[in-house]
Amino acid sequence: MKERGKKIQYREAVRQAIIEAMEKDERVFLMGEDVGRYGGAYAVSLGLLEQFGQERIIDTPLCESSFVGAGIGAALGGMRPIVEVMTVNFSLLALDQIMNNAATYLHMSGGQYNVPLVIRMATGGGRQIAAQHSHSLEGMYAHIPGIKVVTPATLQDARGMLWTALEDPDPVLIFEYAGLYNTEGELSEDAGAVDIDKCKVMRSGKDITIIAYGGTLSKAFEAADLLSRDGIDCEVIDLRVLRPLDEDTFLSSVSKTHRALIVDEGWRSGSISAEISARIIEKAFYELDVPVERICSAEVPMPYSKHMEQAALPQVDDIVKSVRRIVNKDE
Amino acid sequence: MSEFRMPSLGADMEKGVLVEWNYKEGDRVKKGDIIALVETDKGLIDIEVFEDGIISEIRILPGQEVPVGEVLAVIGDEAGEIKRAGSKKTEPVKKAKKQKKERIRISPRARRLAEKLGVDIKTVQGSGISGTIDGDDVERAAGLKKPETRRTEFAEPGEEQRTDAQNRMRKAIAAAMSLSNREIPHYYLESSIDMTKSLRFLENENRKRSIRERFLPALILIKSVAHALRDVPELNGYWEVDQLLIKQELNIGFSVSLRKGGLINVSIRDADKKKPDEIREDLNDMITRARAGRIRSSDITDSTITLTYLGDMGAEVVYGVIYPPQVALVGFGSIQQRVMAHDGMIAVRPSVRVTLAADHRATDGVSGSRFLESLNEYLQEVEKIWTNGK
Repeated sequence: MKERGKKIQYREAVRQAIIEAMEKDERVFLMGEDVGRYGGAYAVSLGLLEQFGQERIIDTPLCESSFVGAGIGAALGGMRPIVEVMTVNFSLLALDQIMNNAATYLHMSGGQYNVPLVIRMATGGGRQIAAQHSHSLEGMYAHIPGIKVVTPATLQDARGMLWTALEDPDPVLIFEYAGLYNTEGELSEDAGAVDIDKCKVMRSGKDITIIAYGGTLSKAFEAADLLSRDGIDCEVIDLRVLRPLDEDTFLSSVSKTHRALIVDEGWRSGSISAEISARIIEKAFYELDVPVERICSAEVPMPYSKHMEQAALPQVDDIVKSVRRIVNKDE
Repeated sequence: MSEFRMPSLGADMEKGVLVEWNYKEGDRVKKGDIIALVETDKGLIDIEVFEDGIISEIRILPGQEVPVGEVLAVIGDEAGEIKRAGSKKTEPVKKAKKQKKERIRISPRARRLAEKLGVDIKTVQGSGISGTIDGDDVERAAGLKKPETRRTEFAEPGEEQRTDAQNRMRKAIAAAMSLSNREIPHYYLESSIDMTKSLRFLENENRKRSIRERFLPALILIKSVAHALRDVPELNGYWEVDQLLIKQELNIGFSVSLRKGGLINVSIRDADKKKPDEIREDLNDMITRARAGRIRSSDITDSTITLTYLGDMGAEVVYGVIYPPQVALVGFGSIQQRVMAHDGMIAVRPSVRVTLAADHRATDGVSGSRFLESLNEYLQEVEKIWTNGK
């Protein structure tokens, strides 16, 4: 009989993953702003300084380019660093390190030096922390060859993606949707490593494929539940990995349902949803009965005030309305 | 509060043009009132309302074409809030018409399926947004899928087509009959039935009646078919998704030819339960209105089998084409004096040649034979079923 999991928070699942990695592999260490004494901006690493000591849980100065650069150096030197960047907006200060160094060394060294670095960062809006802390730029990182980009949206992935990322010989960026840290769910006691190269059909359906990831996945689920009462049967896909894209899974889903809706908290123009839409049109054009549609965030800096922020983000209601219109063939 | 929708007036109806409203917002309507006039492929049809209330909102303006199921008006209760008629709805319809004229709107999947299945896309009616043909439409046209009940608008006709109702009716008949001939493996059974006794019975009945109230032979045929179908229920149903769905209700679609050409099947609902007078009144009423082009929505609600009677046209025998998704059609030729063997002698007696066209996917010849045999029995003893109960 399968052991029933106990209820834990998303942040606890991430913490368990870090602890497991630190215990399994001496080369693993965590560094970033406030990860030690403060316990992490989102309390993910609370208690780890006491457990593992300041050699392995390292508070860094407020200088993303330097500590991400240090992480790259440590990875090149044989360590397995986990670098935490407080939010994706701040990661732009380290974009040069990530894009020009981490992502290119293997190539520039003619295959001599790989960078087994893991960078974790929080992403997404909805928490009223305004335009400098709320954006979803993972789609922008998914543009860069040489790195992997993953977005754990479930407890299983929050718990399981880190170890697989650490084992990967190349840089992996893990985007944790900040709104998920407080969410709770069941995780089986034996939860462990999961793949970081496939997207996943989370709910099977025949009328339309809804592709979501990170913060939009739970909204897609909620919409699918509401729509099922109308007799509309949605297939929901958790994208999980933004780079490299597992197109086979979503293409075969769209080939089954003949309709696709992508829900992405990023801005529409040049987003990962644009890439997915393009792939569907390039490779499953002859399976489509309707144009691919997208629900994205409004193309504005994220507003601070609550009602405006909520209006800017993709919402369950938007998904429900779009799906009804697409499936019922309304104008 | 309820929504008054474009009704489905037969399996082949997909859209209708709202021609006029007989009431305006704020008016009180009661069940059975003719609320609007709608033009379909079958002509102008008076649409009845099914409940009492006050029209709180008219959503569709006269002249607009809308798919079956579209909300035409909202009917509220006493305190129903009154809203303005939405004019924004007219915009997309106009746009769609313009696009339609330029090229056929068809999804990529549908186009490829049409090539694969050899379906001419010009004959396919699109159910998607702005009449776009999707894959399911092509599969339906190829007979691989059953007709969709939830429908939206399709090919937006030009103004000239809209006035040419006959052409459109021809097209609707063409679509249904082509589908039938392509899809349904018909088998035909035929027999000659002696009508002496039933005509004599009719004569006696009519003697008691005024000219207006007299029964025509068609009525005996309808009544007997209804009862024979109760004995062989498998002929009264629909073929849907590769299986026979036997219908509980017995609604006989009675083919009425229109003077200007074309054909309409009026539905005699619950024909097995109705008294002859009720059927007679129903028929008189419906046929008159059908020929005047003023059919009502309840006249043509889905029939479960079709009966065609070319009695006054002179044809001796008719081999029908089943009206999908029904699984049988009963055809009567004219009742004529014929030489036949009777009681060991050669006699001249009135008889009718009846044919059964049935769907061989749904039933076999044995069912058909039983039906014809049963029909013959009832026609020999009409008095037994005349006042119902059996």
